[in-house]
Amino acid sequence: MQVIFNIPGPLREFTGNQRSVRVAVGDGANLLQALDALFQEFPGLHDRVLTETGEARRHVNLFVSNENVRFTGGLATPVPPGAEISIVPAISGG
Amino acid sequence: MGTLPYIAPEVLRGQKGDHLSDLWALGVLLYELAAGNLPFRGKTGFEVTSAILREPTPPLPTSVPPGLASVIQRCLSKERLERYQRASEVRVALEAVQGAVLQSRRPSDEARGPRMLVLRGMEHLKVKNADVLLLVGTNKGAFILRSSHDRAKWDVAGPYFHGQGIYSMAYDGRNGRNRLWVSANNMVWGTFLRSSDDFGRTWTNPVESNIRFPAESGASLKNIWQISMGRNDEPEKLYCGVEPAAIFESNDEGETWSLIRGLYDHAHRPRWMPSNGGLVLHTIVPDPSNKERIYTAISAGGVYRTDDGGKTWCARNTGVRVMFLPEKYPEFGQCVHKIVLHESKPERLFLQNHGWLYCSDNRGDSWQDISRGVPSDFGFAMLMHPHDPDCVYIIPVESEEFRCTPEGHLRVYRTRNAGGSWEALSRGLPQKGAYETVLRDALSTDSLDPAGIYFGTRSGKLYGSRDEGKSWKKIAEGLPQILCVKTAVVQMNGAPAQKPSSKPNPAKKQKAARAKSISRRK
Repeated sequence: MQVIFNIPGPLREFTGNQRSVRVAVGDGANLLQALDALFQEFPGLHDRVLTETGEARRHVNLFVSNENVRFTGGLATPVPPGAEISIVPAISGG
Repeated sequence: MGTLPYIAPEVLRGQKGDHLSDLWALGVLLYELAAGNLPFRGKTGFEVTSAILREPTPPLPTSVPPGLASVIQRCLSKERLERYQRASEVRVALEAVQGAVLQSRRPSDEARGPRMLVLRGMEHLKVKNADVLLLVGTNKGAFILRSSHDRAKWDVAGPYFHGQGIYSMAYDGRNGRNRLWVSANNMVWGTFLRSSDDFGRTWTNPVESNIRFPAESGASLKNIWQISMGRNDEPEKLYCGVEPAAIFESNDEGETWSLIRGLYDHAHRPRWMPSNGGLVLHTIVPDPSNKERIYTAISAGGVYRTDDGGKTWCARNTGVRVMFLPEKYPEFGQCVHKIVLHESKPERLFLQNHGWLYCSDNRGDSWQDISRGVPSDFGFAMLMHPHDPDCVYIIPVESEEFRCTPEGHLRVYRTRNAGGSWEALSRGLPQKGAYETVLRDALSTDSLDPAGIYFGTRSGKLYGSRDEGKSWKKIAEGLPQILCVKTAVVQMNGAPAQKPSSKPNPAKKQKAARAKSISRRK
């Protein structure tokens, strides 16, 4: 199956300037597996989305469809076929 | 009207120009910057006019990132309403392509990741041999200032890394290099070590984090607080001090990095306590006379020294007091803010502690209090004079709670007898209502004679002295909060930086200094 990732502006230099990219993942994949497939294709995204310990960075929000995965099981959130996954910087600043 | 090649088609047709005609002119300018030539050219005014009115915009070179090319094309729509309708829209579009990838020029760029064209701060510095650079890291980006050897007038470029916290900067001029290093902390996307070999025009952007904790350590990088060059006779070597407290070293000019395990696995680690800024390793001082010896300082862990190239580390805090533990002189756990040494006297160290100033004559084995004669023994920054091993500069701040300059006097203090006494240096600095804070890495010197001394404040003011601190001038103000100030004297093609000619009459020189105002180029 395929899923679509929406890429925020600051990370597009690592996706050849593409706003959204389509990646193929196995049926029944979860978010982490979908991210792995994304990172395979665009390795520059990995360290900007996840920390060395494999967690999503504190101010990076991940949405499957319109739901923030913090409330749906984090990186283990299941990803339905054709799902749109958004990588969105959190409201933060100082 | 304006200059012909920049005039919009509707204006040439006799209509009144408006902000959309300005966006056309911006498009012409961006085209010129990206392509190196004007989009609409001709030998005569008639030919230029005709090209603007009728010729399609010639394609941009393939090296221009597609995102940028489309912004330019849209600005250059002959039809006004097809252009962006507001300048803010162009800004948003440019921000989106700020990270546009430039084509790799060298195969080795692959490993370093893409090089980025910096669109903001478009006016980059033109740097010549023997120029003096000030590298100013703020909580919202990096600024680079340039002056010729006389240090009288400064050009400013930046902010680079817009919106990011720049905790450390460094210049590597060893082995014929002219490399700037920056640790850029993006609150959302993480901390990366970036470098530029062309004084800020382009910067590396590593695909993978260059500084990363091994997976089994369970740690993740929060920040890079210090970039230190190795000794001059080890030109491939660099160190980084990070949070959580650790040192990474590189033996290949900063290409790859590894964690110094001896310190990371230290038995004291579980009992180090994070200070206000986190558990931070902020100071790395290689002993210039001994390749195996390095000093480091951790907040709050204290001073540690290795004598075997990093394999083992011993706490070196005897005599250094703490105010936040029941035990006043523990083996470790001190909140040391800075340590410095002079290369001609490497066995002697000076220390600015979280309260109290110290000197050690035996490589940190024991420390003596040298706080007498300062208005406050609390402070962050400490600086070694480049030529005089008995001369140290500090900028005291008042008490633990207040942490601003005492009584609103902005004063640098200097000892010229290794801590025997201290004198205030205040000429040219505000002495009323100046409640300033100078952070631990925001005080720096160039290597010239007489030495230039520079510091930046949390309120975004940058001061400089080119007579060793006798008199000061404000170089810049209105910058974001200044986190670090570093200096460089540029040496191109291995040419030695020229030393100023033999010392002129100091009084005459000062007069000349006053006459030439330090100004900031627009």
